Amino acid sequence: MRRKRSGLRTGGNGVLLRHAMRRYWFVFLLPMTAAFAVGFVWPFLQGIYLSFCSFTTTSNARFVGIENYFTAIGDKGFIYSFWFTALFAAVALVLINLLAFAVAYVLTQGIRGANLFRTVFFMPNLIGGIVLGYIWSILFDGVLRMYNTSILMETKYGFWGLIILQCWQQVGYMMIIYIAGLQAVPEDMLEAARMDGAGRWSTLIRVTIPNLMPAITICTFLTLTNSFKLFDQNLALTGGAPFVFEKGADGTLNTIRTTEMLALNIYNTFYGQGSISRGAAQAKAVLFFVLVAVISVLQLRTTRSREVQR
Amino acid sequence: MKKRPGSLKRQHRSRLALTAVFSVIALVYVFPVFVVVINAFKQNTYVKTQTFSLPTQQSFVGFDNFIKGMTFGNYPFIKSMLFSVVITVLSTGLILLCTSMAAWYMERVNSRVCRGIYYLCVFSMVVPFQMVMFTLSKTADRLQLNTPWTIPVIYLGFGAGLAVFMFTGFVKSIPLEIEQAAAIDGCGPVRTYFHVVMPMLRPTMISVGILEIMWIWNDFLLPYLVLDRNSYMTIPIHIQYLQGSYGSVDLGATMALILLSIIPVVVFYLLCQKHIIKGVAAGAVKG
Repeated sequence: MRRKRSGLRTGGNGVLLRHAMRRYWFVFLLPMTAAFAVGFVWPFLQGIYLSFCSFTTTSNARFVGIENYFTAIGDKGFIYSFWFTALFAAVALVLINLLAFAVAYVLTQGIRGANLFRTVFFMPNLIGGIVLGYIWSILFDGVLRMYNTSILMETKYGFWGLIILQCWQQVGYMMIIYIAGLQAVPEDMLEAARMDGAGRWSTLIRVTIPNLMPAITICTFLTLTNSFKLFDQNLALTGGAPFVFEKGADGTLNTIRTTEMLALNIYNTFYGQGSISRGAAQAKAVLFFVLVAVISVLQLRTTRSREVQR
Repeated sequence: MKKRPGSLKRQHRSRLALTAVFSVIALVYVFPVFVVVINAFKQNTYVKTQTFSLPTQQSFVGFDNFIKGMTFGNYPFIKSMLFSVVITVLSTGLILLCTSMAAWYMERVNSRVCRGIYYLCVFSMVVPFQMVMFTLSKTADRLQLNTPWTIPVIYLGFGAGLAVFMFTGFVKSIPLEIEQAAAIDGCGPVRTYFHVVMPMLRPTMISVGILEIMWIWNDFLLPYLVLDRNSYMTIPIHIQYLQGSYGSVDLGATMALILLSIIPVVVFYLLCQKHIIKGVAAGAVKG
């Protein structure tokens, strides 16, 4: 809730300052707002409009209604990438949060070298997705070459490769949030549990975890949206390979890139197949946006309601 | 604290065991970086065939890979590094200055327009880049925002959400009385901002700055689509470009470049570790 500040409560000077400030709106507000309009608001609105158009570039758009959305939903590659992404997100969500919590829990028990471990586990977060993807493709291929294969040869290699990469990067990040949460668990509650003879395990389940709900909310939300938005790592590690070609009912050849996630699919629709289907690509982008936004809102709502009331 | 002596000893021993286990995990964790380091000193053909072995007398080439990598092709890597630095520094500076000013203004003036812009900013945080990538790159093109010196405007626009959100949260906690005192002393809004508000915003500035640096330095798709690719590349674009021409490129040299692109990041991390971890925790709690 925003505090309401009336001139009466703050005295005349609050008003004085506010009036003085209002005259300087072009100094304070304008630069950010102008950039925000150019960098977000306009492209966003134009993007929505273009999803109803047939176009190759922004100047030759022709309104076609919701046709693009049918094309998008009818695209097998798009649907495939949705399920691939959803499966990836589910596995990554569970693995990353379990690992990150376990690591954070151990590191807050006062073990020797905790700070050093924290430093090491967080490090991969500073390396960009493209570089990470490249590093891991060398690693995976170094191993798989011994079996005369490559990460680009099989879907399951690509899937688990992406999972391993994502865990390697994200566990450290989530660990930081869990550590902050664990340190905020009231000491007197833990002490009280100890006095009442609660064991380590029941203290964890009954006291620590309920107090940790805010951190759990944030981490599940972040891992889920990060997985859905994953692009750089996907592009650099597998690029969608291996590909499967499938003849459609109307005789057209469909390409399904079997390790392609949603964001990469949208990118490939925009820039990969010439510029014929950009309307469909923009429609996919809108659907993608709705999906990500809905997840964000739902996630926040359901987990917030389980948070401990303070 | 009262504890049974037996359990204390056992606890001590289990802690040591945990340290040992975690040491092993930590070694596994740094292994990928270690592999990059050893391969950066190997001759091209050995990177593929002996990925995990240390450089031998045969495969060791000293710093040849670094020299080759830096000057390789018609676009030297050093240029990409410079553009990465320019873009990251300019964008982060611009974002910190403009969003903190706007956040202060919006929170203090709190008019209907301000609230509208604020909610739009919050909304922009849930919009994935793919939603706007095509139209954004076209807009940037038309407005000539496609050079390393002008792309900060795009970063300011697309990245405003989180920064505004974090600054507004902090401005709310600053007591109004301090600014009033400045106003009574005849301080105009601009001076009040620079001499009174900005110093108080310092901790948030550091947190936001860290988050923006981490984002912009590693960002691939936005600069890839927005920048004029023939004249400007950043480190991630350059690495992706090298990978795209897989096979035709010297792998040893590429490993050297990857190592070179990791070193500044690791140095930055070790220098500002405390701030980085605090920034991440702060950004997450609010985001």
